[in-house]
Amino acid sequence: MKRNTFYIVLSAVAMLSILLSACGTAATPTTSAPAPATSAPAAKRTYVLVPKNLGNPYFDAANTGAQKAATELGVTVLYQGPTTADATAQITMLNALIAQKVSGLAISADDADALVPTGQAAIAAGIPVVTWDSNIAKGGTQLFVNQADTQGIGDSQVQMALQITGPDGGEIAILSATAQAPNQNAWIEVMKTDLAKPEYAKLKLDTIVYGNDDDTTSYNQALALIKTYPALKVIVAPTSVGIAAAARAVKDQNLTGKVFVTGLGTPNALRDYVKSNIIPEFALWNVPDLGYLTIYALDAIASGKIKGNPGDTFTAGTLGSYTIAPDNTILLGKPFIFNKDVIDKFNF
Amino acid sequence: MKASTVSSTAAASQPANQINVNAPRKSFLARFQRWEWMLVALVVIAIVINSRLTPYFLNAQNLSRTSADFMELGLMMLPMVFIIITGNIDLSVASNLGMCASFMAVLWNLHVNIWIAAGAGLALATLGGLLNGFLIAKVKLPALVATLGTYAFFRGIAYVLLGDQAGRGYPPAFTYLGQGKIPGTLIPFSVGLFAVLAVVFGLVLHRTTFGRYIFSIGNNENASIYAGVQVARIKMTIYIVSGFMAGLAGLVLAARFGSTRPDIGTGLELTVITAAVLGGVDINGGIGTMPGAVLSLLLIGLVRFGMGLKNVQDQVQSIAIGSLLILSILLASVARTISASGLKFNWRNIATAAAFIIVFAAFFFFFFWSRAPVLKSVFG
Amino acid sequence: MTVKTPTASRSNLLLTLTRYREFGIILIIIILAVIVTLRAPVFLTLGNFRDILLDISILVIVALAQTMVILTHGIDLSVGSVIGLVAMMVAFTIKANPTIPLVVVVLLGMALGAILGSFNGLIIAIGKVPPIIATLGTLSIYRGMIFLYSKGYWIPPFQLPDTFKLLSKGTFLGIPHIIIFAIVVAILVYYFLNYTRTGRDIYAVGSNPDAAQYVGIRKQRIIFLVYVLTGIAAGLAGVLWASRFESSQTNTALGFELQTVAASIVGGVSISGGVGTVPGVLLGALLLGMINNSVTLVRISPFWEQAAQGLLILIAVVSDILIMRRVQRNKSK
Repeated sequence: MKRNTFYIVLSAVAMLSILLSACGTAATPTTSAPAPATSAPAAKRTYVLVPKNLGNPYFDAANTGAQKAATELGVTVLYQGPTTADATAQITMLNALIAQKVSGLAISADDADALVPTGQAAIAAGIPVVTWDSNIAKGGTQLFVNQADTQGIGDSQVQMALQITGPDGGEIAILSATAQAPNQNAWIEVMKTDLAKPEYAKLKLDTIVYGNDDDTTSYNQALALIKTYPALKVIVAPTSVGIAAAARAVKDQNLTGKVFVTGLGTPNALRDYVKSNIIPEFALWNVPDLGYLTIYALDAIASGKIKGNPGDTFTAGTLGSYTIAPDNTILLGKPFIFNKDVIDKFNF
Repeated sequence: MKASTVSSTAAASQPANQINVNAPRKSFLARFQRWEWMLVALVVIAIVINSRLTPYFLNAQNLSRTSADFMELGLMMLPMVFIIITGNIDLSVASNLGMCASFMAVLWNLHVNIWIAAGAGLALATLGGLLNGFLIAKVKLPALVATLGTYAFFRGIAYVLLGDQAGRGYPPAFTYLGQGKIPGTLIPFSVGLFAVLAVVFGLVLHRTTFGRYIFSIGNNENASIYAGVQVARIKMTIYIVSGFMAGLAGLVLAARFGSTRPDIGTGLELTVITAAVLGGVDINGGIGTMPGAVLSLLLIGLVRFGMGLKNVQDQVQSIAIGSLLILSILLASVARTISASGLKFNWRNIATAAAFIIVFAAFFFFFFWSRAPVLKSVFG
Repeated sequence: MTVKTPTASRSNLLLTLTRYREFGIILIIIILAVIVTLRAPVFLTLGNFRDILLDISILVIVALAQTMVILTHGIDLSVGSVIGLVAMMVAFTIKANPTIPLVVVVLLGMALGAILGSFNGLIIAIGKVPPIIATLGTLSIYRGMIFLYSKGYWIPPFQLPDTFKLLSKGTFLGIPHIIIFAIVVAILVYYFLNYTRTGRDIYAVGSNPDAAQYVGIRKQRIIFLVYVLTGIAAGLAGVLWASRFESSQTNTALGFELQTVAASIVGGVSISGGVGTVPGVLLGALLLGMINNSVTLVRISPFWEQAAQGLLILIAVVSDILIMRRVQRNKSK
């Protein structure tokens, strides 16, 4: 029996030290403890910018804008997200944030429906919730900061495809994110409607495939597209992971000049491909501005300047004044087209 | 009563130095005295640390909301304890969860009554468990191989069923399963459900002949067969139960989300297995208790929630849980080795240990410095 | 190991064939190839075959190492995280030191992998932690370290020099380097397992651990060794991964460990140790690659992809075990 007691004591001491050191690291990522919500002085307000997942350059770019807004407003903005774009993990994390009574949440939702109860719980706890990039379904948010309207993005994708093929048209294929991604599915719907119009009659949509926003899967899906459809001219990938993977597949197959890629992406990841004309042009909104506007909108609600109702107007720093539309959204602006003439002006 | 003789002979045949740790057939209380008390201590420590570090921890509302986040894991863990004690494993639980929830969502989208849809989902998940049981007990595939296959297959079926659609707009009576609280209390319904089922599973494991057979299969499967235990049928049963519980977890998760997508619950299987093993269930079979498994789930929940409250990144949390898992086995094993054979301080051992320390130190030096262009001067 | 009893009684051709362990999987490969070619003729072209090989090269390298671990009745679930961590560390090193020679990069990756693998080996062989638990733990730990190391950032393609990208993409005699890497690894592992004493000891440790105890301390060393070797293979795979995909991300090779295990067991490696061959694993990896490739080629709905994969894995392992049982019965007659 003595021996057993020895193991237990030894193990307990060691595990205790692990727990302590684990909690010790807790102090490093954040410096200040979040303060209670609503009407706290600006210096004590702490907002959390929640991306779909960490380690994604697109969201990191949005965070740079958010931090700029934080400096201007004199508030703290934390950047916290799950490691993979998974609703279960995001909800667990949000619950811990709600429990701390942070002053406001800005969420890019991993799952529009699954996050509704969580969003409602936050609002019920007196924490303002603003969504950005990817919305939560009705009831789970107070305001959606829309990067560019669905129609505008869908239109831009088809226009760029036609621009690349020229008036003679040709075969195109779509490489999307996951089959569940609400943004991509909405854009694809618009694209399908557009393609049915006479001005795009020359464009023939071969198929839609899903790369799951995973680099390897997207790459293999692009390879399969190239092989299955020998006459394929343009791969349209409305996702930052997919477009880079597709461009690399075209490059690796030595099909530069025969198959082109377009879609949505970030300049840093696509710079080489734009210059080598694999991606003649691609679209995106100004991502840092999206993070910037989101924090200003969240601060306007959290500080009580506006209620977040349709018709409310607030000023978002250097971006000027915004009015909330009847569907509880504000629109950042039109998508921006990147090509080799302008791409070097952007670094994100 | 045959089983008890079997397992006692199995115990007797084990080498002497293992008996004091394995000791398969002691009284329930004697069992509880080992690893479980240590878990109790860790849980208490975690509670103390959490409540000192953050004022938001000891808040009934917060604890209530957080506890619901871990119940699907718990529901899948209960049968997993049975399965691991028999020396098997089930990697397919989270995929089966997804298959159940997706089937229910498809039917709900076709305007089937939600309870019929939920029942059908449960039935499909149970069928999934039956397939696992068949492959393992009848075809005699190794459990790891069979459930690795069904892990991909069940998740695939979820995608086939639901595709790019989602099930949403479930009625409140159904979402109560995942979001509701037991009337008059702050305890989530799912926590109550888990507590009741944990007691049931615990009693079956520790107080019935069936439970004894589970241990005897894990200790020595061949001896159990010769002793007349219907090993195939028991394995079949626990995999069917595992399928059913995965389905139940699927319903609770879908109710908590208020919606279903085919990727629901992806990757939960590893946490389920982690919880069972951290609870003292021996991955080689034959050893384990239900209270231990439940305590370890509680510990994982507390550590994750505490770190979440301090805004520790997700990845750092996974480092902590991973270390906890390894150390829980490693420390006991090292202590056993040291006390059994004593530490030999010969030059050879010291040199080996020193070599390892130098290598790992070099690794961490590189880990922290290689992001700077330190090598430039060499290869410039 | 391969069953080759020359006492061919009056067995017909089929029975003779079934004596070979790899027969079942070859049959499945042929059937699948025929079906897919009927629906998508592009499947049976040299270009497509090259793409399949490109796709499975990294898988082959790691699956062969995984096989050595499984032969000792172990498993290494941490390979995906090791690949990711090595890819990240190597990519950052190259970004900071673009002039670093390629040989150094490859050796660095293998060394880092060896250290990570030796940590696994240490807690499994010396610490006596069951392999599945130890590597399940390091799966989380190493993945977490990727994040700590990269601080959430990634290495995009334009930050890696072209010479590094050519490490996998360049060709020698028309064959892409990455395929050559896989072939070399396959030959080395084949030679090691079949023609060296240590290699045969690996089989001995797995097939009969009690009898293998006679070598005493060697058993611990063998087990330690296979995890180090797996680490080295995963480290090499990490370098090739970063080169082939021209980037390194926090989720690089997430979930890859299950693919390597699948390739081994589909290739006829017994999860309980001691049984398995290099050609079998190569065929297993080829089958997985073909499934991946064909599901996209035959234009069936992408939603069927995973279900088809899972089903084919099940069919492969079930048919394999049934064939083996028939062989055993014929042998005992």
